[in-house]
Amino acid sequence: MNSGGFWSMGGYARFVWPCFGFAFAVLLWNLWSARRFLAAARRRTARALMMAASQRS
Amino acid sequence: MSVGAGVGVWRALGLVLERELLLSFRRPDQLLQPLVFFLIVTTLFPLGLSVQLSLLRDMAPGVLWVAALLASLLSLDSVFKSDADDGTLEQLALSGQGLVVIVVAKTLAHWLVSGAALVLLSPLVGTALAIPVSAFGTMLASLALGTLTLSWLGAIGAGLTVGVKRGNVILSLIVLPLAMPLLIFGAGATDRAISGTSSSGALYLLGALCVLTCTLAPFAASAALRITLE
Amino acid sequence: MWTWFYRLASPPFVYRVAAAAAPWLMATAAAAIGYGVIDGLVFAPPDYQQGDAFRIIYVHAPAAWLSLFSYTTMAAAGAIALIWRIKVGHAVAAATAPIGASFTLLALVTGSLWGRPMWGTYWAWDPRLTSELILLFLYVGVMSLRPAFEDPARGDRAAALLAIVGVVNVPIIHYSVQWWNSLHQGPTVAKLAKPSMPGSMLWPLLSMLLGFMLFYGAVLCIRLRGEVLNRERLSAWVREAVKS
Repeated sequence: MNSGGFWSMGGYARFVWPCFGFAFAVLLWNLWSARRFLAAARRRTARALMMAASQRS
Repeated sequence: MSVGAGVGVWRALGLVLERELLLSFRRPDQLLQPLVFFLIVTTLFPLGLSVQLSLLRDMAPGVLWVAALLASLLSLDSVFKSDADDGTLEQLALSGQGLVVIVVAKTLAHWLVSGAALVLLSPLVGTALAIPVSAFGTMLASLALGTLTLSWLGAIGAGLTVGVKRGNVILSLIVLPLAMPLLIFGAGATDRAISGTSSSGALYLLGALCVLTCTLAPFAASAALRITLE
Repeated sequence: MWTWFYRLASPPFVYRVAAAAAPWLMATAAAAIGYGVIDGLVFAPPDYQQGDAFRIIYVHAPAAWLSLFSYTTMAAAGAIALIWRIKVGHAVAAATAPIGASFTLLALVTGSLWGRPMWGTYWAWDPRLTSELILLFLYVGVMSLRPAFEDPARGDRAAALLAIVGVVNVPIIHYSVQWWNSLHQGPTVAKLAKPSMPGSMLWPLLSMLLGFMLFYGAVLCIRLRGEVLNRERLSAWVREAVKS
């Protein structure tokens, strides 16, 4: 069991918690950025298809 | 059938090399600029840091190497650019000799007029940076191997960025990270020679890097040109 | 067996499979990471030398491992695309680059924060740290080269070549702690015979490693779909796919 105190991390809190915080932030950024990228790609594709369709008609 | 296919590989290499050197010497100002840059940059450090002689000796290998790196980068842009712009490169590629021969000749020419020139200038700069004469041998050897490797890394970068606008910025961005191990070993070898310990380990590693690059880079650089030319 | 392999080269197949796989990968990643974080922060005993600071390993080591794995994937995908002219390879390479770069940054930052209490410094120019920093620069170089061309296909091929040239750095990073005297500790988990870490510390680490890999897979699937769409915009299959 953790003996150094959970939040104080045995005195190393100001190193450990920012690490986990930054890790969490990086993971979240990856997910958010990827979904945004996919959404933008879908929008651009839909627009391109619409333009192609209207050119044909 | 391309006429050039009738010429042997070595003769073709010699011909392109000769052409490159002739073209370079016809523009002596372009030849001298990187060398002058090298001299100026090495002067900047002692001026900017106003250090005593003993400290100067400590930073000397690093300063020398960074300056050599930057000076080589300056002239890398032109390895393929002018020939690519006026279509000569495509003609050379179509000549039947194989792009690798062309690339080897051009890179060798680049090294002869920049890297080799830097190596010849280095005793002068070394003295200015308080490098003891006993370390000159290692310094020259490490610079010779290092600048050759750098010319090859630069050829790959130049091949990749030939058609790119403001290609020299991206060229530096690509080449410098690849050149960092070179810097570490090269400066490390000279450093060790200055402090009197054996620099052979670092020199062997530099040599290994050089051999690795000289054997693989021609294919990478010609592949890069094929990508950018087609 | 080989038909499955050939189908991997087909953009619509990849698009559909990635869509199906992503939620599963994300769910299992969340479970593995969740377990790893809880076990690693709460139940694993403190290290007798480093105290509770060693717990940084639970994010640092997976991030570093993934930075290398991701670059290797990028280079391999680029090589496959160049050699066999499989365009999906370029999509994979483009998708994996920003993910890998972010993990490299994470490894550098967490490593720096770990170094301060352990070695007394936020940074040292030792072989592993330096080569990991070079890795970050290599990622930036590849990500800058790709959009620099007017023809996107040419940009893909140039970026692939650059990634392949830079892959030499990956074994250097990995073996740097064995080849040189380094501040950084040697391999802990790679020694299969007898790991130098007790089980109570090791299991959460393995779980985090697995979790990060699964997470990487999930995010890759999402990004890959975007990259495939961007390269196949006007193909026939896209019309059906985008409607759904």
